[in-house]
Amino acid sequence: MLSRTASDLYWMSRYLERAENLARMLDVSYSLSLMPQDGRGDGLEELALPLLITGTLDDYLERHGPMHAERMLNFFALDASNPGSIYCCLQAARSNAHAVRGRITADMWENINATWLEIRGIAEQGLGRYGISRFCEWVKERSHLFRGATFGTIMRGDPYRFIRLGTFIERADNTLRLIDARYEMLGEDIDEVDGRPARSYYQWTALLRALSSFEAFAEIYRGSPDTRKVSELLLLRADIPRSLRACMDELNLMLASLPGDNGRPAQRLAAELEARLRYTSIEEVLDEGLHAWLTDFILLVRQLGQAIQSSYLEVA
Amino acid sequence: MARTFYDEMYDASGAVRPHYQAFSRWLADTPEELLAQRRREADLLFHRAGITFTLYGDDQGTERLIPFDIIPRSIPASEWRIVERGCIQRVQALNMFLGDLYHDQRIIKAGIVPAEQVLANEGYQIAMQGLNLHRDLYAHIAGVDLVRDGDGSYYVLEDNLRTPSGVSYMLEDRKMMMRLFPELFAAQRVAPVDHYPNLLLDTLKSSSPLDNPNVVVLTPGRFNSTYFEHAFLSREMGVELVEGADLFVRDDKLFMRTTSGAVQVDVIYRRLDDAFLDPLAFNPGSMLGVPGLLACYRSGNVVLANAVGTGVADDKSVYPYVDDMIRFYLSEEPILKNVPTFQCRKPAELSHVLANLEQLVVKETQGSGGYGMLVGPAASKAEIAEFRTRLIARPEAYIAQPTLCLSTCPTFVERGIAPRHIDLRPFVLSGKETRIVPGGLTRVALREGSLVVNSSQGGGTKDTWVVEDSSC
Repeated sequence: MLSRTASDLYWMSRYLERAENLARMLDVSYSLSLMPQDGRGDGLEELALPLLITGTLDDYLERHGPMHAERMLNFFALDASNPGSIYCCLQAARSNAHAVRGRITADMWENINATWLEIRGIAEQGLGRYGISRFCEWVKERSHLFRGATFGTIMRGDPYRFIRLGTFIERADNTLRLIDARYEMLGEDIDEVDGRPARSYYQWTALLRALSSFEAFAEIYRGSPDTRKVSELLLLRADIPRSLRACMDELNLMLASLPGDNGRPAQRLAAELEARLRYTSIEEVLDEGLHAWLTDFILLVRQLGQAIQSSYLEVA
Repeated sequence: MARTFYDEMYDASGAVRPHYQAFSRWLADTPEELLAQRRREADLLFHRAGITFTLYGDDQGTERLIPFDIIPRSIPASEWRIVERGCIQRVQALNMFLGDLYHDQRIIKAGIVPAEQVLANEGYQIAMQGLNLHRDLYAHIAGVDLVRDGDGSYYVLEDNLRTPSGVSYMLEDRKMMMRLFPELFAAQRVAPVDHYPNLLLDTLKSSSPLDNPNVVVLTPGRFNSTYFEHAFLSREMGVELVEGADLFVRDDKLFMRTTSGAVQVDVIYRRLDDAFLDPLAFNPGSMLGVPGLLACYRSGNVVLANAVGTGVADDKSVYPYVDDMIRFYLSEEPILKNVPTFQCRKPAELSHVLANLEQLVVKETQGSGGYGMLVGPAASKAEIAEFRTRLIARPEAYIAQPTLCLSTCPTFVERGIAPRHIDLRPFVLSGKETRIVPGGLTRVALREGSLVVNSSQGGGTKDTWVVEDSSC
């Protein structure tokens, strides 16, 4: 297939996945900001976290001054002049889809086009009137719908593979960043104080819920979440759809099934990363230091993204 | 001034014509509120599907809907057969004319078409001289614009032989009608049109000497006004939609850049004007085309559909000679009528035109899309005066025609149902044989009294039905 088409499909699904992940990020921060803060401030720090993770906090401070709940939320979700906002991600996804509307099914196109038409309506209404939780739900739901339309209608050929590649590269990156940020927030907190769940309990629970993995956690571990268990679940378990391991499995599978020799660097790197996760235990990760390990892996995923870009999407 | 219009649905006495009777009964039985609701539903569906076009000169690049009217334009099959034969005859003659023009020029030597009319024409491409094309076909896809005068007879307004558009609306309008009003299609036999993409692919394949050529659609990109149609047709045919930057020429062969390397391209259905095809050969500023494409084309390694240089045959200054072409090449009498045309380059005809501007339609010979024309009866004194100056300055750039009455068809407007003027564009495909899907695109001028149906000028579309006479 055309490299330009592959690129548009890949970025379409990356942007859509990013929008979904941003909504998940916003959801967890917003609900935590409403909790008692144990004298740690007024929840603004919590609301600033999504901006920090996406690297848009400086931009916000420059343009909107001091932290302010409503302004931050709006900047993060609906600001058309913030290229990192959910609004702009959906716009970019729709724009990529428009460029390849002949290569995706009508169900997919109409779905993503309707999403775009709707968010413009929401932006006109304003986030406050629409409701933040409702908005996050809406973004997730639109993403689910699109994925369902994709899964249910598109031929299992190269277009499908590039769509999947975009989804899982983006998701792998986001899962890593979310865990890292949450871990940073905890600072020196230990997981349990006098047998009573500490703040970390709420933090990890909120993260699990944001990644729709709370039910799986409860079923597997039957206990309260802590750093070790949550990291193991979200990094190393192949059966959790948003875990790093699941993302790498899928990336490796998709890359291995692409035709041609162009992609060898990307294929090799994906296979290496997949093997590394498969044969790593959570103890090794924690021994290395969770933050260091996560930082390292964020770079590796970025390298893989670049390899895909140069192997398939920009070939002459 | 009393003018009589031919109405598609009602005869002069106000009675419903036979082929509209089933529809008319349905319309009378359907509450107006339901119709209004279905119209809103259609708008919503078109919007969702992104079936839109972009207006030139609109910097916002806003995507707009083409207004869709739910009252179909219906043609009895017996009448359609004449239109069909007439269009095929015309396009065959025009293809022969183009072949002749770029080879022996017999028609010029015979003194039928004046040499300066064609050889000095902007649409004439010297690069095509002597080049042999597979099956001698130039205009593989043609759109013939037809209107009906007061007595109901069909006239050809123009032959679009470059990159005629609108076929996607023909297909989408039908899909929409079947979705909104399935009961109508159960009540009477309407000839299907949805095999058009199939015929188009067949036509494109047969334009190449290869057994199974690699066909692509070349688009200027998604900011082009008809991008939707390019994407639509490539999807329906299952071929790649490419932009100039996806293609490159090596050793006089054309390739596209793919995820698994370079792949050769054999046939291009191009939706790009000649001037933009190849910056080395035509407009050097074009970012849309492919450097070296023309050389590759000339060496026979790729087919362009339509061919380069077809514009000379649909030029309005050549239009008056189409009847003679039919007689010259096919030894047949023209089935469809040409509109009498005054060629302003001839002094006698120019003075007649200048004296009668209020009654005439004046068009630029190179114009299309309803831009740069004067509709005398509807124009203000100032507009007429302005056109007069332009005509005197460059008479050769204009032709003039009597204002046709253009038939009307009942149409949904703000205040209920009222007659509005319409035209018809059937799409003629020339490959191994020359074929047309029954019907075409009906455009409707939504403004009361307006005769300009172009979507860029506020026109809408209607589904076009060819109905079996027996089901009337």
